[in-house]
Amino acid sequence: MRSDRSQRSPLLLKIAAAGGLLFLHLPILLIFVYAFTTEEKSYQWPPPGLTTQWLAIAWNRPDVWSALGLSVQVACIATAIALVLGTLCAAAVSQTKFFGREAISLLVILPIALPGIITGIALRSAFSLFDIPFSVWTIVLGHATFCVVVVYNNAVARFRRTSGSLIEASMDLGADGFQTFRHVILPNIGTALLAGGMLAFALSFDEVIVTTFTGGQQSTLPIWMLEELIRPRQRPVTNVVAMVVVLVTFLPILAAYYLTRDGDQVAGAGK
Amino acid sequence: MTALALTKPAELSETSILPGRGGFFGQLSDAFWRHPRLLLFLMLTPPLLWLGIIYIGSLIALLLQSFFSIDDFSGLVNYEFTLATYAQLLSPTNFDIIIRTIIMAALVTLASAVVAFPIAYYAARYAQGKWKALFYLGVMLPLWSSYLVKIYAWKLILAKEGILTWIFEKLHLSWLLDGILNLPVVGGNSLSVSYLGTFVVFVYVWLPYMILPTQAALERVPGNLIEASSDLGATPSQTFRTVLFPLALPGIVAGSIFTFSLTLGDYIIPQIIGSSRLFIGQAVYAQQGTAGNVPLAAAFSVVPIVIMAVYLWLAKKQGAFDAL
Repeated sequence: MRSDRSQRSPLLLKIAAAGGLLFLHLPILLIFVYAFTTEEKSYQWPPPGLTTQWLAIAWNRPDVWSALGLSVQVACIATAIALVLGTLCAAAVSQTKFFGREAISLLVILPIALPGIITGIALRSAFSLFDIPFSVWTIVLGHATFCVVVVYNNAVARFRRTSGSLIEASMDLGADGFQTFRHVILPNIGTALLAGGMLAFALSFDEVIVTTFTGGQQSTLPIWMLEELIRPRQRPVTNVVAMVVVLVTFLPILAAYYLTRDGDQVAGAGK
Repeated sequence: MTALALTKPAELSETSILPGRGGFFGQLSDAFWRHPRLLLFLMLTPPLLWLGIIYIGSLIALLLQSFFSIDDFSGLVNYEFTLATYAQLLSPTNFDIIIRTIIMAALVTLASAVVAFPIAYYAARYAQGKWKALFYLGVMLPLWSSYLVKIYAWKLILAKEGILTWIFEKLHLSWLLDGILNLPVVGGNSLSVSYLGTFVVFVYVWLPYMILPTQAALERVPGNLIEASSDLGATPSQTFRTVLFPLALPGIVAGSIFTFSLTLGDYIIPQIIGSSRLFIGQAVYAQQGTAGNVPLAAAFSVVPIVIMAVYLWLAKKQGAFDAL
């Protein structure tokens, strides 16, 4: 009688937990309804009618495509840089002990621990100090800085679970350092890096606060969205873009979850 | 005899030590093996250069600017050391902005903790197998889905013609909504231009950051502690106050680091959903952008840094970092 008590949860707790989860998910689902509304000028609920015409109209908008193109380009480069820097840092911190190790983990986490606006304005003032013109690279510079931490977190967690004796065994069997890296270390940390890379991509793809400072006149997809939010021009197109963004970001998150679920919770431990 | 015995191991080891590897990569690999510090140095240099120069460098450059001031007539930055810009922070308008932001951050943190606790507790203690995965994804997906889309969704919900007004109408509770909107400080013309709206959106957007560390802390509370407490005659609320809550506190404090810091620095949510009164983030943005007063913007951005430093120090004393 006692032992099955822990299986049953109080009704009130159940309601509160379910309510909290609904609070988290219903607003996002609402976007899907609005993408098909026939109402153009306001956010009227319930929608007066449903239509799929906005999908076609959004598809034919060149400004959406160019913003999307820039976002993908920036996210790819930033992810690549973050993968290299994050893995190097994680390998150094987890495989060896040295003076200042704690300081390095702090340094890596700092760009997301401090509010994004501070990173943004700091980079902006540095750019103007050195007369660096805004380009794709100024955006990448900002994004890569805070993407390092996601790759780092994933890689460090995996390195901790990878036994050091594997590396020693490989060396004992005659492999040189590069062979060991290619045949032993890389297969072990591969999925963690893939997951970290996906999350870094999602983070960069979605970033808006730092980008407003480092982008100049260029518009990534979030910047395009932000402009639509502040000064709505064609609301239905914004609705469609919002829905597509939700769908597109869900995929890498689900994939990252399935890649890392056997391990401890690493996938999104701290954005 | 003894000499032979002594030389034998030497011969053996001579054959067991292979000659150094040939080729560039082979030699490089050997060099790394003999000098692990060299490898460490090479591994650490790129990330440290990047973060140290690009990030810390610009951060320091920004902080230095807060000690300059702006010439009121020419609008140019006067490069002399002064604390005048910091004094400007204490002027009534600017000080209001700071206080408003801190109060909002504190309330958002409190509300997130209250909403997050049942979800985290259920996920940590009762959810099993499939349900556990569902809860995890249920928190992860909103956490990682687009920040702007989430704000946009709330713009749709809170709009005067939106779903919330409609729900209140259907439930014949329109008087309640009007009553809330007529409240002196938190109300406004519609929810999307009121403090209340800003508050709800802040809680919504940062809630997952509170759930995850709270859940992590609760996972570590052994179930038999709760059972022991009730066996010893404690009511559920006593168990919560004296056993569960103190053990969960480090996790809640860890989560509050995120909710507090993110609210302090955000400038997009209050800009899109909220009254026209500024928050720190908006003040920083306006000062460096339209006003062109970079020193004041820099001084403003020092405020969240200092608050967060104090907060982190207090959190560390609470043991929150072990729960991260």
